[in-house]
Amino acid sequence: MEKPTIEEIINALSEKFGSGIFEWNREYDFHIATVDKQIWVQIFRFLYENEKFRFRYLTTLCGVHYPDAPQPFCLVGQVHSLEHNLRLRFKTFSNEHHVEFDSLTGVFPAANWMERETYDFYGYRFHGHPDLKRILNVDDMDYFPMRKEYPVEDRTRYDKDDTMFGRKRSDFDRKTLMEKK
Amino acid sequence: MNPTIKQEEKHKDYTTLNLGPTHPATHGIFQNVLTMDGEIIVNSEPTIGYIHRAFEKLAEHKPFYQVTPLTDRMNYCSSPINNMGWHMTVEKLLKAELPPRVEYMRIVIMELARISDHIVCNSVIGVDTGAMTGFLYVFTWREFIYEIYEDICGARLTTNIGRIGGFERDFSEIVWRKIDKFLEEFPAQLKEFENLLMRNRIFMDRTIACGPISAERALAYSFSGPNLRAAGVDYDVRVMNPYSAYKEFDFDIPIGTQGDTYDRFMVRQEEMWQSMSIIRQALEKLKKLEDKTSFHADLPSFYLPPKEDVYNDMEALIYHFKIVMGETDVPKGEVYHCVEGGNGELGFYLISDGGRQPFRLHFRRPCFIYYQAYKEMIKGSYLSDAILTMSSMNVIAGELDA
Repeated sequence: MEKPTIEEIINALSEKFGSGIFEWNREYDFHIATVDKQIWVQIFRFLYENEKFRFRYLTTLCGVHYPDAPQPFCLVGQVHSLEHNLRLRFKTFSNEHHVEFDSLTGVFPAANWMERETYDFYGYRFHGHPDLKRILNVDDMDYFPMRKEYPVEDRTRYDKDDTMFGRKRSDFDRKTLMEKK
Repeated sequence: MNPTIKQEEKHKDYTTLNLGPTHPATHGIFQNVLTMDGEIIVNSEPTIGYIHRAFEKLAEHKPFYQVTPLTDRMNYCSSPINNMGWHMTVEKLLKAELPPRVEYMRIVIMELARISDHIVCNSVIGVDTGAMTGFLYVFTWREFIYEIYEDICGARLTTNIGRIGGFERDFSEIVWRKIDKFLEEFPAQLKEFENLLMRNRIFMDRTIACGPISAERALAYSFSGPNLRAAGVDYDVRVMNPYSAYKEFDFDIPIGTQGDTYDRFMVRQEEMWQSMSIIRQALEKLKKLEDKTSFHADLPSFYLPPKEDVYNDMEALIYHFKIVMGETDVPKGEVYHCVEGGNGELGFYLISDGGRQPFRLHFRRPCFIYYQAYKEMIKGSYLSDAILTMSSMNVIAGELDA
């Protein structure tokens, strides 16, 4: 099977999805597409089903939080075409209060736990996920710890008031931080 | 061994069995709530996260060099691979060039780590089938590998070996001698271990067709490493995306056909032989190199200066202070780097905003991704086979939970 060039893939994708793909970037050895969240699943399904490209291996799926961006909640997925040894990275953004993306579990069964992990840490809901619940953290946790506003220090600790070094308790107290927001 | 029950029937009484969280047979903290029909598993509900230590969050608050000890604690059976995978990720971000000698030294250590990882997995499969002897034989050599680590970096299990850009010091004579001794004496022991198990009727009866997975399902679940290769897919990061100096090496990728416990055992067994051949090649290449002294790249902002200079030289003292305080800026960028860990594709997805800490660091932990197939793999099998399936998949709790 002939190895498709990256241009071929980009052309095929822009032909199929048109303005759904906002931009293509290149960072080190990866081509990155920023896409509309409406076509998130369709794009992976297209690449999966396309006989020429065969992107059938989901490498990673994770969230990223950019607190200062207009669209702070980002979802990153990487697919790999094992036949051609090509890798692509896709990003999609959201600024909703209750972040929701479509679930990739219909295309890749491996997305199941990856999405649960993303939900656990970022609070993104995945529409169509069979069993979306926390996976690594305790079930009754009421926050999403990988979001940037949550400090590393535990809010239950009151012994860390080192104002001498320019750090007040309010700098790491989650409650105060949330009120500030 | 023979899947009999596929579907849970409504009006039947099943036994609920808690396997774990701490069960001696699972070799780690895993909980599985099993629905059992006699001795046959009808359904299972795995719970993970018992040793979750928030590595991704912690990494966002640590200078780059302090992330290395976090990676140790993921797959602690082969921590040097994790350490070096992380170092290589940062080097990729910095676009650093390493002297070939460092690359070969790294490969020697990474392959030793792979051998020690596979020793644990394979000998424990033996233990779970009732053969304790083999385990004791090869564990002596795992211990020996740990001694080699100890001579290089001072630690045994959580190694924190090397630095961003190479090693903290050159290998001593003792290290080279020990590596030679390992290559000389380990093959005979490994052969003995193979004689004990490979064609052993009891072992074969217990492992063949136990916990099988097809290549299609394995790929759908994003398997990688020996477990994927046992299912018959020849995906190895060392060949597909050669990192370090693996391009220059000549080795085989063993694959299985059934994807069952026996195939996983055999793939790991053959990989140990291949790793030894890689180490021999690396030593050969090191001998041929003119450069006999360099052990790190020219990265002064990451490489700690020698201690005697720190005490006597202002420049060195400043660098030492800056590095230890993590005051090294890195370029902005997004990198994904993956290495072939003991369990498969170990990936580091690093976003740097130009600050002193990673903006975001995601670990692609192979265990976490393939353990979700466990539920499917043990459905309809006997409880004793489920234990074997788990140990042959080499699920490491530390890697699973990050």
